Amino acid sequence: MSDTITTPKPTNILRRVPWRTIAIVFPFFAVFIALAIGSPAFLSAQNVGNVLDRQSGILIVAAASTLVLIAGGIDLSIGATYMFTAVVCGTLIVKVGGVAGAVLGITVGILAGLLVGIINGVVSTYLRINPLIATLAMSFIILGATKLVSQFGKQGIGQIRVDVPEFRWLATTKPLGVSLPTWIAFVILVILAIVLWRTTFGRYVYAAGGNVEAARLAGIRVNLVRISTFALSGLAAGIAGVIDLARTPSVPENDSIATTLTFTVLAGIVVGGTSILGGEGAIWRTVFGILFIAMLYNGFTLLRIDPLFQGIALGVIILIAVGFDAWSKLRRR
Amino acid sequence: MTADAVAVGAPQLQVELRGVGKSFGGTPVLQGIDLVITPGEVHGLVGENGAGKSTLSKIIAGLYSADEGTLVVDGEEIDFGSPREALAHGIATIAQELALVPALTVAENVFLGREPRTAGFIDRRELKKRYIALADRAGFTLDPDRPVGSLRIADQQKVEILRALARGASFIIMDEPTAALSGKDTELLHGVVRQLAASGHTVLLISHFLSEVLELCDTVTVLRDGKHIRTAPTAEETETSLIEAMLGRSLGSVFPEKSAPPLGGTAEVLTVRDLVAPGVNGVSFSVRAGEIVGLAGLVGAGRSEIAHAVYGAVPRAGSVAVNGRELGGSTIGAAIRGGVFLIPESRKEQGLVLQRAVRENVTLSNLGGLSSGGWIRTATEAREARGMLDRVTVQGDERRSVSALSGGNQQKVLFARALQRARHVLIADEPTRGVDVGSRRGIYDLIAEQARAGIGVVVISSDVEEVLGLAHRILVIRGGRIVAELEGARMTEANVITAAFAEPAPSEEL
Repeated sequence: MSDTITTPKPTNILRRVPWRTIAIVFPFFAVFIALAIGSPAFLSAQNVGNVLDRQSGILIVAAASTLVLIAGGIDLSIGATYMFTAVVCGTLIVKVGGVAGAVLGITVGILAGLLVGIINGVVSTYLRINPLIATLAMSFIILGATKLVSQFGKQGIGQIRVDVPEFRWLATTKPLGVSLPTWIAFVILVILAIVLWRTTFGRYVYAAGGNVEAARLAGIRVNLVRISTFALSGLAAGIAGVIDLARTPSVPENDSIATTLTFTVLAGIVVGGTSILGGEGAIWRTVFGILFIAMLYNGFTLLRIDPLFQGIALGVIILIAVGFDAWSKLRRR
Repeated sequence: MTADAVAVGAPQLQVELRGVGKSFGGTPVLQGIDLVITPGEVHGLVGENGAGKSTLSKIIAGLYSADEGTLVVDGEEIDFGSPREALAHGIATIAQELALVPALTVAENVFLGREPRTAGFIDRRELKKRYIALADRAGFTLDPDRPVGSLRIADQQKVEILRALARGASFIIMDEPTAALSGKDTELLHGVVRQLAASGHTVLLISHFLSEVLELCDTVTVLRDGKHIRTAPTAEETETSLIEAMLGRSLGSVFPEKSAPPLGGTAEVLTVRDLVAPGVNGVSFSVRAGEIVGLAGLVGAGRSEIAHAVYGAVPRAGSVAVNGRELGGSTIGAAIRGGVFLIPESRKEQGLVLQRAVRENVTLSNLGGLSSGGWIRTATEAREARGMLDRVTVQGDERRSVSALSGGNQQKVLFARALQRARHVLIADEPTRGVDVGSRRGIYDLIAEQARAGIGVVVISSDVEEVLGLAHRILVIRGGRIVAELEGARMTEANVITAAFAEPAPSEEL
């Protein structure tokens, strides 16, 4: 910010800091420092590595979902898509086998996510169904399809396990001592952040969410922009599903995995400070939001606090985050 | 801090501002304001949009607190933390949007939240008694038992004022109270203000209507660019003297000089044939290079609909050709590629992305030309935006949010966007709606400049004078059709209005 006006009181500089946008940074580092002091294990390379490795899938999904929210949409089907792609991928690995199975599983799994995303986008734009409802409905459909695929994949076996080296390398490789999933997440986050920050598409995403009609009359193909964000979100769910399958390595079977992922992602985005009304937000804020929640959960484990309180704490944090946002909008006047 | 001012006729307040300054996001909105508002007077506050009138009144009302200087009420330095605190000191604001409960009666609304009670139940008789006493002292006559929802707006404003008085207010701030009122209601409200003054209250009246200010106020204060220009007895002011003080220059002609209308042989840049779209019932017209065509008519006559159909914002039938070549499709993209650009009528709803920076709003339609392979060349973009903003005379940091600009400057930002794409045809829908007197001329100049540069301009306006002042030719629209085409000497207000209202076209008798 340049100083165009010549009556700066010392407070003016403080006033010009966009507190609302960087709000998440303060609780994040407060908890970070508290945990670093309270638990010696917290800062250990192993613990940090584990947390990041476990969060990589969620971070990828959350980053793409941030784009959906900024563009004025919302995607509740990410959890279901995530599970669906894992099942598709696992089934192909088991059925085809070998290197071919792994390659096919990974490719088809990710493309399945992309396809779901495109369908979400088309349904919620051209068919004019509210994205909240459209993706909610889609998530039921996808969960149904997931069961269908997994029944076909099992055929007698109890649970699909994909503990084959041709596939597991995805999670076990550690270039420069950091797990491959963490690297993948890092690269995707950086790419999406740059896309949002410096590309025409990023601008259109902000414009579409900030004022649809203005964006449309300015000549932006708003529907196409929104479909693209949904497609990216589906694609991200696909990548995350495949990565997490390689980490676990058994195919998820419980619907609650889907809902938990969706909620955690949305919680992280909101805690990070991206508006669910669209037009505002950033990837880095989402990263802080997701990692804040992960760090808190990790802290509960390290400090041996009853996990029962995790949910309660998260709920309180979301309310504080949204409340702070509303309050600071009021103060901004 | 005695806050128990009980009833009307409460101690009159002397409100004083000493060196008050306020800025938003680093932009000063008020600077060094010294002002004394004498008890018992009606004090007018005038200035262009963005001059700081509302900010000033909000500081007195406790909605904002001053960054610099002090607010002195009855000799006591005060910094109100909230409107509630201001009200406790006897200062109340009557907002444009009324906060009344339509289903409750007048008396219930006046005493809402402080009803006299007996054993938990509202004592209706006591309520009415108090109401009548209050209304008498204020000199208002309003039936206490009428539901507020059934009252005229001016009477609802009376209820709002009575409510403030019931809470001990003796200093009433009215921000544009007549902006939304019809002629009759305006008259009524003027009576209210006089009544308030007569019963010993102080009124701070903010208004765009200078005649109103001159008629009602004892004293008038002029603000310009956040600075106090002068405070003088109204008797010494005229409309012209006030406008000149508001603008800081003498009042020149409102409209720029018209360029000569293009000659008969000049090429048509826009040719519309048998256009049919929602609200448009078969419209054919053309615009020549360098020509300004005005679309006049009543609100809802179909003017904006024609603009949207030409621009491809709605599905259409019929043909739209630019420079003789039919547009590739009925989409906005095809229109923009053809060199047609629309500045929509509502800049907040249809024009600007308010959360984003001025710069991004300027370049939004032209990002393709400022990027390579989707990658925005930010240095080029910044240069382009700055250049465009200079052309439309918008100063200041283009990285701040566009919502921080005044209405006139926001409109200029839309012009800056349009100038990049309107190579052949520019359609400006209500270009000066909500724009203050000072910025209007700037916008008219921009329109005239485009025409001189050979662009065909279509101006849509509900302000007949504006259309007459700008256009070479006027098309009057009614019911989605062109009902009259006026040119030269036949372009008169009477002809436009007759055509807009009446069934038979006026051209026969003339």
